[in-house]
Amino acid sequence: MKAGSNLEKVLSAGHFAVTGELGPPQGNKAEEVRHKAAHLKGIVESVNITDNQTAVVRMSSWAACKILLEEGLEPNYQMVCRDRNRLALMSDILGATALGIKNVLCLSGDHQRFGSHPESKNVYDLDSLQLLAAFKKMRDEKKFLNDKDLEGAPEIFIGAAANPFADPFSFRVTRLAKKIAAGADFVQTQCIYNMDKFREYMKQAVDRGLHEKVYILAGVTPMKSVGMANYMAKFVPGMDVPEAVIKRLKGVDKKDQAKEGIKMAIEQIEEFKEMKGISGVHVMAIEWEHRAREIIEGAGLLPRPQVD
Amino acid sequence: MIVGDSKPLEEILEMIKGRDKVLVLGCRGCVTVCNVGGEKEVGILATALRIARKKAGQPPTVDGMTLERQCDPEYIEELAEVAGDYDAIISIACGVGPQFVAERYPEAAVFPGINTTFIGGALEHGVWAERCQSCGNCLVHNFGGLCPIARCSKSLMNGPCGGSAKGNCEISPEVPCVWHQIVEKMEKMGRLQELEKVWPNKNWLTSRDGGPRKRVREDLKQ
Amino acid sequence: MRLQYPASVRVIQLPCSGRVDILHLLKAFEEGADGVYVAGCMEGDCHFLTGNFKARRKVNYVKKVLEQLGMEPERIEMYNMSSAEGPRFAQVAREFTQRIQELGPSPVKAAQAA
Repeated sequence: MKAGSNLEKVLSAGHFAVTGELGPPQGNKAEEVRHKAAHLKGIVESVNITDNQTAVVRMSSWAACKILLEEGLEPNYQMVCRDRNRLALMSDILGATALGIKNVLCLSGDHQRFGSHPESKNVYDLDSLQLLAAFKKMRDEKKFLNDKDLEGAPEIFIGAAANPFADPFSFRVTRLAKKIAAGADFVQTQCIYNMDKFREYMKQAVDRGLHEKVYILAGVTPMKSVGMANYMAKFVPGMDVPEAVIKRLKGVDKKDQAKEGIKMAIEQIEEFKEMKGISGVHVMAIEWEHRAREIIEGAGLLPRPQVD
Repeated sequence: MIVGDSKPLEEILEMIKGRDKVLVLGCRGCVTVCNVGGEKEVGILATALRIARKKAGQPPTVDGMTLERQCDPEYIEELAEVAGDYDAIISIACGVGPQFVAERYPEAAVFPGINTTFIGGALEHGVWAERCQSCGNCLVHNFGGLCPIARCSKSLMNGPCGGSAKGNCEISPEVPCVWHQIVEKMEKMGRLQELEKVWPNKNWLTSRDGGPRKRVREDLKQ
Repeated sequence: MRLQYPASVRVIQLPCSGRVDILHLLKAFEEGADGVYVAGCMEGDCHFLTGNFKARRKVNYVKKVLEQLGMEPERIEMYNMSSAEGPRFAQVAREFTQRIQELGPSPVKAAQAA
């Protein structure tokens, strides 16, 4: 065990894992975090807490993680390289692990130009791979990036994100391999809609034996409406929403579109359960936390396994 | 070269408000090549300022002068006779120019007439693009001759990130994803394997992050 | 053909409209011209291929300068005409003169006179 987190235990016991996602509020109301967390309690192994997602300022990720811990949920602390240099990143992981946080997800972070403060200066002292390597070094070698010894090393289960749909496609699996080489213990993918492309991606990953080195959790985000599908297709960078998905949603009555979206998510999860190399799903029900149970239960993934 | 953009006339007029005698000072270096601060642009800016002065019924004394370079004390010296004659000196060299003039002539009121934008080159006549961030430790040969530090919006050494789509950067479809280009170039060169390497964290000490930089060449110093 | 065009138009001949310089155009305004127009060949008919396109771009640049100086960009214009079109030359001269008369004297000249 690297960190002994619930997520790590469930994955290493060979169970099909489920993680959720929670975006902290654009304010300091702890109650909002507790409220969203309540919907996810007991239905996922752990919950990703986003870090100024889409470069919009929100309650700090570590603080929202702490609130989750108080509520009896396990957080995955997301950290982006956009907002902090190596000093702050290392210091924050020490602080986070001191508070009891055991999972981290290392990300480059969306560029601030399309966020809430486009005039800000970004950092990118490290990139996401260098951040993975930094945390692995702190955990395994018990050293800072400058090779000085840590007094108390962070025990942390290290995660990375993978977007199988960004360009160039031919390099995507290589980049996944690089993230594993850098230090990723688990990987969560971008929301998947193009199943054909994802099957091809996973085939390449399995051919390279990557699934034996890392736990891959497939990203699932239910579509709430045709409007959301169109928005994702057009405006979210690196998102691949095939026409067929939009067409299927359009095929049902407007009031039934959400239900259809959930049904589609469940069908996807059913396929992921059988797909070679997939160790679990990452359910990102964005601002829809109260519907997460419906999806996870619908996919036959409840109750969640208890592993000690 | 160092590439710049003219400041809006309104901004320049506001800077020199109430200053009667004005000198527009050009530079025959980079800013001449990128058509923003050479002799020709000195003429245009000086004429435009004179029109503005005449229109406002003010004395139109706006002269022009172009130095060989404004980043060299030798040429800044050429101003010695005239610097005192002006109430404002507008340097249309890169950011080095107004500073060198102000350092040499402490009494002079020096104003920047252009915004220095980047170190780059001309893609075609009238189009320039950034190529270098002067990080102080060039690595472009590892990336097919393309710089990920200056040309990736996130300066990723292990790109491309998940925001790259259709060969473009997530910040804008107008900005090509340099990592997409790096992968394609290395693939064409049969060197894709080299990109499997995980680049360790960069030493930014040689970059601006290490503080203002200065270089001393003992072999040249007198 | 003895075509009439307004006497207020002063013709400055150039070998090609592409030879016109931003500075020439601005100088005219500095010296008190109320309006300036460039008459180039028909688009596609330039002997040097792109001279008249370049002239148009320079005229557009000067329009922006005039705007920034708080002057009407309509005080400068680009016209295309063939050298075989005498009547068109005279017509443009009358049209542009009328436009400038409507705009009134250049504020540069007005301020100098005051």
